[in-house]
This record gives sequence, C-alpha cells and structure tokens, in this order.
Amino acid sequence: MATNTQIPVADRRVPVIAPGHTFSTIGEKISNIVLSRPVSLGWIFSFLIVFSIMNMLMVALGYLFIKGTGIWGINIPIGWGFAIVNFVWWIGIGHAGTLISAILCLLRQTWRNSINRFAEAMTLFAVACAGTFPLAHMGRPWLAYWMFPYPNTMRYWPNFRSPLVWDVFAVSTYFTISLVFWFVGLIPDFATMRDRAESTWVQRIYGLLAMGWRGSARHWHRYETAYLLLAGLATPLVLSVHTVVSFDFAVGIVPGWHTTIFPPYFVAGAIYSGFAMVLCLAIPIRAIYGLKDFITERHLENAAKVMLATGLIVAYGYGMEAFMGWYSGSQFDSFLLWNRLHGPYRLSYMALLACNILIPQVLWLKKFRVSTGWLWFISFVVLVGMWLERFIIVVVSLSRDFLTSSWGQYYPTKWDWMTFAGTIGMFLTAMWLFVRILPMISIFELRTLLPESQVHEPAEVKQ
Amino acid sequence: MSVKDASIYGLMAEFDSAQELVDAAHKTHEAGYQKIDAYSPFPIEGLAEAIGFHKNSVPLVVLIGGLIGGISAYALQYWVAVITYPVNIGGRPFHSWPSFIIVTFELTILFGGLSAAVGMLILNGLPMPYHPVFNVPEFAKASEDKFFLVVFSSDPNYDAARTRAFLTGLAPRMIAEVPS
Repeated sequence: MATNTQIPVADRRVPVIAPGHTFSTIGEKISNIVLSRPVSLGWIFSFLIVFSIMNMLMVALGYLFIKGTGIWGINIPIGWGFAIVNFVWWIGIGHAGTLISAILCLLRQTWRNSINRFAEAMTLFAVACAGTFPLAHMGRPWLAYWMFPYPNTMRYWPNFRSPLVWDVFAVSTYFTISLVFWFVGLIPDFATMRDRAESTWVQRIYGLLAMGWRGSARHWHRYETAYLLLAGLATPLVLSVHTVVSFDFAVGIVPGWHTTIFPPYFVAGAIYSGFAMVLCLAIPIRAIYGLKDFITERHLENAAKVMLATGLIVAYGYGMEAFMGWYSGSQFDSFLLWNRLHGPYRLSYMALLACNILIPQVLWLKKFRVSTGWLWFISFVVLVGMWLERFIIVVVSLSRDFLTSSWGQYYPTKWDWMTFAGTIGMFLTAMWLFVRILPMISIFELRTLLPESQVHEPAEVKQ
Repeated sequence: MSVKDASIYGLMAEFDSAQELVDAAHKTHEAGYQKIDAYSPFPIEGLAEAIGFHKNSVPLVVLIGGLIGGISAYALQYWVAVITYPVNIGGRPFHSWPSFIIVTFELTILFGGLSAAVGMLILNGLPMPYHPVFNVPEFAKASEDKFFLVVFSSDPNYDAARTRAFLTGLAPRMIAEVPS
C-alpha cells in the first residue's frame, strides 16, 4: 500500500463549518442576513415574480370555487388527475426536511445542523402546498371539516376503515408536528435575534416569539430532552405519512396500485425528491447570502449521496413492478407494463426512467457531486422525474383498468397547469419571506459544533 | 445571620468560556449553594448536573400525552365503528382493528409531540415576559458568546459580601448585582 493512505479519512473531508468561526461570528453572520442586510433590488424583483405566480394560484382556485372541478381535465375513469399527482409530489418533497431534522438528529449526523432549519421550513411550505390539492379536489372545500370526527346534527361519523380518512390524520399530524418541531428549534434563536436587534420594534417582535428564553441550564436540559423526543416521534411519523399516502393507492384494486411494495417505495421516492428540492434551494441561497462557510461542499456531497441511495431504492421499486408484471402471470399486471412502455403515455414513462434512474447515476462520480452547477441540474431533473412518477401512478393506472369499456384518457387543462405552477409560486413566496424574516440556519446548533462548546468534567467531581 | 435585601435577586458572574462556566458551577454547587442557575448561548453537556438539576419530567409528560392520544383515538374509532355508527361493508366485522391502527398511531404521535413542546415550555415557566436577569446589561451577551452564573438571594447561604467574595475567587470577567 502507498504511504499516503495513512491520512485519516476525517482529515481529508471538507469540514462542516469553515475554520476561523467563533460563537459570535456565527450569530452575527446568520442574524445579519435578517437584521441588517438591506433588501436588495434582486430580492424585490424576484419576489414580485414568485408572488405573481402565487396570485395565479389564487385566480385558479377562485375560478375553481365558482365553477367546480369541471374546469380541470379530470373525468371518469381518471378522477384523480393533477390534484392528487401534485399532492403526492409536494408531500414527498416535505419528507426530506423531517428526515434531516429528525432522523439525522437521532443518528447524530452533525452536518445536519446547518441545513435543518431551512429544510424544515421547506417541509412546512411543501405540506401547505400539498394540502391545497385534496381540499380543492373535494369540489366543495367549504365542507372540508366533515372529514374530522366531531359530533354533528347529521349524526354522521367518518369511516375509519378508509385510507382517505387515514390520510387526513396523517397529513394534519405531519403538518402540526413539523410546525411545532420547527418552532421549538427557533426559540433559542429568537432570543439571539432579540438580543442582537437594534430597533425597538424588531426587538419586541423577536422578544415576543422568544417568550422570555434566557438560556438557563435547567431550560436547556428540558429543551434538549423535548427536542430529542420530538425527533424520536417525528421519525416514525415521517415514515408513516408517505406510507399512508401510498395506502390511498395500494388499498385500491386498480392494476399498478394494488402492490405491497408501495409503502417503502413511496417513502424512498419522497426522500429522493425532497433532497433534490433541498439542493435546488440550498445551492443558490448559499451563494447569494454568502453562507458557503456553513453550507459547505460536504453538505452538498452528503445530500447527493442520499439522493443516489434513495434513487436506487426507487429504481428497485420500478424493477420489481416490472418483474411482478411478468411473474404474477396476471394479464392485467403484464398489460400495465406493456401499456407503460408502448401505450399513449409512453413518452412520460421513458422520461421518468431517464430522469429518475439514468441521469442521477452520474452522482457516483465525485466530480458531479461537488460541482454546484451539475448538482443543481441533476436535482432539478430528479424533481421532474419524481413528478412524472406520480403522474404515471395516478393517471396511467386509472386510464386502463380491467374493462376496456372503462378506459379513458386524461388531458390537463390550463387551470390544472395554473394551479400546479401557482403552488410553486406559493412555495417560493414563503421561502423568499422566510430567508428575510427568520434565521435560516440554526444559530445555537451551529455553535455546538465549535470545539469551544465542548467541556471536560473536572477530575475531582468525576466519581 | 446573613443580610437579606429584597430588592436584590442575586449575584451574577460572567465567564468567557463554556469550560469556565461548568467549572465555576461545580465549585459553587460544592460550596453549598443550592439556588443557583447558569446561562449559556447553547446547551452545554453536564451544566445542568453541575448546578444540581436532575429532575426532568419532560419524558413523563410526553409518555402520558402519547398514551392519552393513542387510547382516546382507538376508543373513539371503536365507539364510532361499533356502537354509534356501525356500517356493514361487505360483511366485515365492525371491530376491524387493523384499520384502526393508523389513526391510533398518528394521534399518539400528535399528542406526544404537542405535550413535548407545551410540557417543556410550561415546566420552564415560559412564556415569561419579565425576568430580573435581563436587568443586567451585559446579560444580552448570554445569547451570544458569554456565559453567566447567578446565585439567587433566596439561597440560605446567600450573603451579599461573602457570596461576592466567593464568586470573585472563581475569576469571572465581572460580577454584577441583579436587581429584582
């Protein structure tokens, strides 16, 4: 063996925080983005663009509420259309945030500390976008509260055997817990913002949000316990959410839906698209706001590796679907595969294979994992690919079921596209506001990564 | 007898590093001071133990919250599906328990998670709009890069002069009286 293999692996890696930072420079750098950095013309201009896209959503939804779901391309048999495609896609994107904040916290992956805040915000906004779709798809969204069990004059109760009711509980719990987790993580940083703020009003607002946090050792002790328990609760939760979403399909008997592989394959796909979104947002933000010291090459590379791994799980899922099409001997299952490859939607299936399986394989090479341009491009491709996957699952399966008499075709209308694009605008609007209003990197968690934060117990009290 | 002054909340000592704060907290606790607290910009391992804080009821609160969520979710589904609104779907049993697991699980997590957050805040006495430690101007750095130790005047061993002398022996950056 060559002598240069003696270098320990840890030393060769890019650090999680660039050298030379202290407790105070971390706080200064992150909080100044909110407190003292002037609002640039670029921000205002791009905000106006994303805000107008969000307003397109408002128009599309407004017209939907007047006219009803007939303005969409949905029909019988394809009753689910874009609304459910986009719902599943957005929910999936949210999963990376919880994975980063909860699962990587339990696994003590300290590199998560610089991206968890931002990824959790992404989760919240993505789940909000996701929730818009089933609500709009109900046709009479003002009666949405009927899905919750509450005593009513109709003497009616929800059917708890239905996956759609499970979905209500899974998604609303997911949103609530993500919000709580995010807010709890923000409390100590609100205190830092309060103490750093120059103007009285800013100080009051952050002070109100910090709720009088003073960093007492007793408080930190309970805080850390609560945070760890929240992470422990959010971990099975995030795995359950996409599992429950996949039950919406797997419990049905439509060919292409009725498979046991759906839960793990959905969860892997969710994390796949979620990390792609994290990279799509993190790469420009770290460049624009000068955060390359905290979101280093190491973070990008790790995220790329997670993407590669989950992408392979997704590829395995496709492989198994194809295998079962042949192995089951069921003519409907083998027709499903034939239809995907040769049917009217074959182009979207080919694009799906290219986006989700073929192109991301370049991430095996370090060159692509560390090049921000390539990484951004691959992440974008994965986002498109995962959207196509949901389209294939929802639309292609519904368009060809058991009886030829119930076959159909689905064409999205402009209102479908406007609603979809509009939620992207809503997501980006929320993201744009988030980076200007809240510390986008967890200040206190980043501080614990500095060697100065570690203490050694004095020898005389160690017994 | 020590001299008590009701207008004084305690004595505050400021330190430069996490290590100094933990060492000082250990010494103060060993010197017999019970009512003390330490403040830092980030959680420090062993600091709570150093000031003699061991009782942490957050896990119990979360356990109780989670159990309430799970039990009430299952009970509600049982009551709805078997007692008050039984619907015969293809002759399946009313008490089809496997279908009830998911909502039970989700509500366990929901109640457990909410009790973790709310329980932590309530046990910490937050929100607290006013606290005497903020009367010391230097304390603004407690969320930045400085570390503080406070001996409360309610401590039986507290004596303005002796406690100040003791804290001076810990070599802090500064000592300040905290007005209440």
